[in-house]
Amino acid sequence: MLAENVMIGEILVAVERLSRRYGETQAVDTVNFTLERGQVLGFLGLNGAGKSTTMRMLAGVLAPDAGRIVVNGADLLDQPRRAKQAVGYLPEQPPLYRELTVDEQLHYSARLHGLDRAASRQAMARVKERCGLTNVGRRLTGNLSKGYRQRVGIAQALLHDPPVLILDEPTVGLDPVQAREIRALIRALGQERGVILSTHLLPEVQATCSHVQIMRAGRLVFAGALAELQQRRQSTCVRIRLNAPPPVADLARLPTITRVEELGGGQFRLHHVADVALAPIVLDQARAGGWELWELTPEQASLEQIFVELTLEQETVA
Amino acid sequence: MIGVIAAREWRGLFLSPLAWTLLAVTQALLAWIFIILINDFQNLQGRLAGLEHAPGVTDLVVAPLFRVAAWALLLLTPLLTMRLLSEERRTGTLDLLLSAPVSATQIVLGKYLGVLIFLLGVVALTALMPLALMTGAALDGGKLLAGLLGLSLLAASFAAAGLYLSSLTAQPLIAATATFGLLLAFWIVDAVGAGQGIASQFFGYLSLPRHHDALLLGLVRSEDVAYYLLFSAAFLGLTIRRLDNLRLRG
Repeated sequence: MLAENVMIGEILVAVERLSRRYGETQAVDTVNFTLERGQVLGFLGLNGAGKSTTMRMLAGVLAPDAGRIVVNGADLLDQPRRAKQAVGYLPEQPPLYRELTVDEQLHYSARLHGLDRAASRQAMARVKERCGLTNVGRRLTGNLSKGYRQRVGIAQALLHDPPVLILDEPTVGLDPVQAREIRALIRALGQERGVILSTHLLPEVQATCSHVQIMRAGRLVFAGALAELQQRRQSTCVRIRLNAPPPVADLARLPTITRVEELGGGQFRLHHVADVALAPIVLDQARAGGWELWELTPEQASLEQIFVELTLEQETVA
Repeated sequence: MIGVIAAREWRGLFLSPLAWTLLAVTQALLAWIFIILINDFQNLQGRLAGLEHAPGVTDLVVAPLFRVAAWALLLLTPLLTMRLLSEERRTGTLDLLLSAPVSATQIVLGKYLGVLIFLLGVVALTALMPLALMTGAALDGGKLLAGLLGLSLLAASFAAAGLYLSSLTAQPLIAATATFGLLLAFWIVDAVGAGQGIASQFFGYLSLPRHHDALLLGLVRSEDVAYYLLFSAAFLGLTIRRLDNLRLRG
């Protein structure tokens, strides 16, 4: 297991000005970030945003065109072995030899990472327990279901007990129960390590991650704590129901209102500028105009809306 | 680390029916040839008895057998080496090796050794047939060992070339076809001419079987051994470069 004096906040991964092209496409464009011990960092982005490319470079599978990656104090280019020893990597496709059993696969992987026979046996028992693989040790990896293959992939990344885990879409192909178990596992692992995971699923980010990075077209468009992202959800929408609604134009004339949507049945959605308390204004106006206000609900933007805004906003700028 | 990779590669071969089939077919064909050669030798024996410096059983049975075995290796090696790297690229297992704390050199040497040990096993099985003659005939041990050395060096060269071509494509069959073509080209390269010009001498030097012929006669010349070692080292070096390049190209 890890050393006793685990330092929370110790920087495990530092990425500086990382870039990578594929022919004409700039897959990753001058990306900077750090990962500290105790963080679970979620990589979000649409397909082709550069998440997998970034992770492949962090794992040392792909060479960057420019930039520097330091893992656990070792530069990935200058001391590749020391750096790689500190990383457990799960690619998009779990790298499993179809003709090997789960035990053989794990043993091979452990040996590749420098564990001797005895250490490998101990490590295998530990990760099989953690990933729920104790009953499938003798089965061929090629005959396993997608969910089990994914678990073997995660177990494989954990074998040499690395301080840094890089998981490319770890819960893809898992059923909801398995996905929940794996998320809990990732959260637990993140307490004593640094974890980077990529996903399309926003609930997964909310459930597992402490920090979020959103990529678009190879660039980081948001990086920060999950709480920061959630602060962006300040409501800029209010839904109201009026018994005697005025013409829409009257509502649109209210101060700070940017847009009015008519929802039918006397319901309206009022979009307003941020950082304004709209409720008192609407109340005053409703009383004065005799609109008979029945309901007033501030609407929160979902994470998904923020995500879409962040990824699309940038597109119009670029 | 090289040993870990080599062991998996070697064991992996036996987990596929392909390797067993190749072993069985090669062994059966060589045994058939061996019986024919023995039969011929027995028919000739009467006439040989009268000759001075008559060729012995080693020259008339073992050398031709090894010549056929060389052909068998030429046909069999591409099928064994085709999956070495191409399959790993196709299924994504190469990521496991590339993200592990091992160098490209270790990966390449590990894979090479794994398949080479298998091929040396084929050579050893081939050697068992002439060794069986020891019970009833006088074998020339020196010539036998030189012949085995020749076969082993050929196997080492074939495997290195196959490994390199397997790194060039993600399709095993393309790797096998290309390996076969390349080896055959090196096999017949001296057919352009047997003249005394520099060009024919050069092509003659490049030819794989020419260096083997000398060994079959019992002549172990450093020139021939060096040729095979250089041939293997060149392709291994190319493979290591190629693997590093794959990381750059993605």
